[in-house]
Amino acid sequence: MNFAGTFKISTPSDTEIQISRDFAAPRELVFDAFTQPELLKRWLSGPPGWSFVVCEVDLRVGGAYRFVWRGPDGTEMGLGGVHREIARPERVVSTQLYDQDWTGGEAIGTLLLTEKDGVTRSTNTIRYQSKEARDGALASGMDQGMAAGYDRLEELLPALQVEDRS
Amino acid sequence: MTPQRLDATFAALADPTRRAILARLALGEASVTELAEPFAISQPAISKHLKVLERAGLISIGSDAQRRPRRLEPEPLAEANQWLERYREFWEASFLRLDDLLDEMKAIRGPTAPPADASSSKKSRTTIHRSTTNKRGEKE
Repeated sequence: MNFAGTFKISTPSDTEIQISRDFAAPRELVFDAFTQPELLKRWLSGPPGWSFVVCEVDLRVGGAYRFVWRGPDGTEMGLGGVHREIARPERVVSTQLYDQDWTGGEAIGTLLLTEKDGVTRSTNTIRYQSKEARDGALASGMDQGMAAGYDRLEELLPALQVEDRS
Repeated sequence: MTPQRLDATFAALADPTRRAILARLALGEASVTELAEPFAISQPAISKHLKVLERAGLISIGSDAQRRPRRLEPEPLAEANQWLERYREFWEASFLRLDDLLDEMKAIRGPTAPPADASSSKKSRTTIHRSTTNKRGEKE
């Protein structure tokens, strides 16, 4: 069972990106899937053709984590940070910094899990140090990434599909 | 697509009036007067918005010299969207894999069971990895 239709990327403020999605599982399980390396390796494994080469998580306040993906052409993309707050199974707050530092310094990620009738909503909010940093992350993160206008663009797309001139 | 062009696209999209103008132009070309009609703002203000959209390459001026109608140029938006899609795809694909993993964890642990140790989750790793592509393909 999946809730693919509940997937949402938004920009709740000038300095934040938020990704949310519902899952058909109790939040204890979702929490583990987001925090245990053995489980993370099985789903956060990157686009097709990429491998998840480093996945280390020290799930303690002050403990570090590190993820590295390797692309088909050998390009590596890594990021890591330190846990600031852990409240199983509800919340994890951690710092986040890409090796390339295209976000101009550390960002703060908050994973929030809420459960209702056996369905868990995960909301991942990443707060950057500035709007420029957020837009930088949007512009270059995750291979190519996405951009600040995502919500706005999405709102407009149905109208644009009426017209097919490209 | 260059970062500059993408910046211009998103800056242009950041304004509700400009989005409304684009939505209107998606239905067909329109003169500046026609575009100004639904808005409670002056024509010069509309012209200013049109200039921003023009600079971003989102609209162009049609061939009718008298009316100088504006028309939508869908390409920058299509490019911006394509580029955004990759990030979305990364997470959508990851979350679909997570759905499978959670189903498997539920089967192993039961819905309310305490977290299992690492060894129990290793058992069926291969099954999940293989089913991912199928599931993605089917979802559309």
